[in-house]
Amino acid sequence: MSTLTLGVSRGHVELLQFFRDRTAMVFTFAFPGMLLLLFGTIFQDSYDEPGVSASHVFSASMIAYGILTTAFVTMGAGLAMDREDGTLKRLHGTPVSATSYVLGKLFLVLALSVAEAVVLIAIGAFVFGMSLPDASHWLTFLWVFLLSVIACSLLGMAVSAIVKHARTAGAILNVPVVALQFISGVFIYPVTQLPSWLINVAAIFPVKWMAQGFRHVFLPDGMRVNEAAGQWELGRVALVLGAWCVIGLVLCLMTFRWSRPDR
Amino acid sequence: MTAIEVRGLRKAYKGHEVVRGIDLEVARGEVFALLGPNGAGKTTTTEILEGHRRRDGGEVSVLGADPGTAGSEWRARLGIVLQDADDAADLTVIEMVRHLAGFYPDPRPPAEVIELVGLTPKAKSRIRTLSGGQRRRLDVALGIVGRPELLFLDEPTTGFDPEARRLFWDLIRELAAEGTTILLTTHYLEEAEALADRLAVLAAGQIVAQGTPAALGGRASAGAKVSWREDGVLRTEQVPDPTPLIRKLVAADTDLSTLTVTRPTLEDTYLSLIGAHR
Repeated sequence: MSTLTLGVSRGHVELLQFFRDRTAMVFTFAFPGMLLLLFGTIFQDSYDEPGVSASHVFSASMIAYGILTTAFVTMGAGLAMDREDGTLKRLHGTPVSATSYVLGKLFLVLALSVAEAVVLIAIGAFVFGMSLPDASHWLTFLWVFLLSVIACSLLGMAVSAIVKHARTAGAILNVPVVALQFISGVFIYPVTQLPSWLINVAAIFPVKWMAQGFRHVFLPDGMRVNEAAGQWELGRVALVLGAWCVIGLVLCLMTFRWSRPDR
Repeated sequence: MTAIEVRGLRKAYKGHEVVRGIDLEVARGEVFALLGPNGAGKTTTTEILEGHRRRDGGEVSVLGADPGTAGSEWRARLGIVLQDADDAADLTVIEMVRHLAGFYPDPRPPAEVIELVGLTPKAKSRIRTLSGGQRRRLDVALGIVGRPELLFLDEPTTGFDPEARRLFWDLIRELAAEGTTILLTTHYLEEAEALADRLAVLAAGQIVAQGTPAALGGRASAGAKVSWREDGVLRTEQVPDPTPLIRKLVAADTDLSTLTVTRPTLEDTYLSLIGAHR
């Protein structure tokens, strides 16, 4: 049985289980969508660029939030859960490789992230009247999206290594998720309102670059003046997200354990 | 041919040694039971043999490979019945058995395995709706679906009612008759006696006795306790062989309507073995 075939088989049961667990499904999907509806309705800022409202900015930026939820949190909490309920121990007693297991999780995360992005973009377009981009911008969307999902998934896996109990996983994983969004231009925009040292801290982490990439895709080009550098910096978006994919992979390889550490 | 060979196995957790130099040999096709109180090192030993835990010292060979380094082809020849798994709660029984069957080169048909463990009426139920005993039977199904050459059963019948335990024993005997080697850990002495060809008693990380259930710990030559009432007084004598004593009593025309002759049960032997090592 090939690693890929078994990975697909894992992905299938991961998806089945996710969609049958109503609570996980509702909270994973509904939370970013609900926040977008609230933020987009409450905040009425306008910008120099005509036709752009705060709701459009939130619609674009919050795709980053969506991916943090579906990739980083789902992966981190899922792995902690699998370690606790015996899933990993069960699989380790079979011919399935760790790679197939992780592939299965990635298929789950990818499917959830696509669905989440569709929900957020649909809210942006149909509720707030955000216009959809042209083909070349969709191409940019594709690579920003993929790099974001991979980086967040791998980092979620790595962080799960320090999570002791599955029930605390959500709480632990949401600390960086919420904190980074405040300093990365997702909740507070333009990010130039923040002290410059805080902007520099945010620039180390992937969230700022994810949100910036998605704003480039969905906002008019003139909006670039509101970014920290006054530019979209697509090259840097690719570089930082790519670097986090590599860091995430190395951390996973270093920390992945089939079983809980010795008593 | 040996299925399992262990020499001088050692394992410590945070400086506390829980397995202290174990030697074991299990032949192909044998049903071997590891007995011992909680904390004796049964689960740790089993997990090292399964490749789930690293050892600190000693030599281990399972189906000709070192479990610490063996790969997925080796794992395809093992079956492991987990003790406390709680996974796949939202899948149905048939979905989970089919999923695991897909990992093995020559699996048993999923429906057949489910029938074998008596879960056919529950095949389409979510796993979270199973009772404790049904859940354990599913674990057994998942352990045998890959047609293992060697099956690990770690306290498999904990929480079974007596009838389910009997059915489970029949299943184990069937698997053994097909030639499956089985390593069983259990608290239940009657289970070890009913199933095992040989057994070993573990206490405080060491093997204190090893042998067939009938001969364990010198049980076969342990002698007998002879009791009878004579003039309303209970008389008891411990003798290596009861025959001469009984002959003497008969010759003396003693009333033997209350005569009992008891040999130590496996439980007596076991308790005295682990008692000596506390």
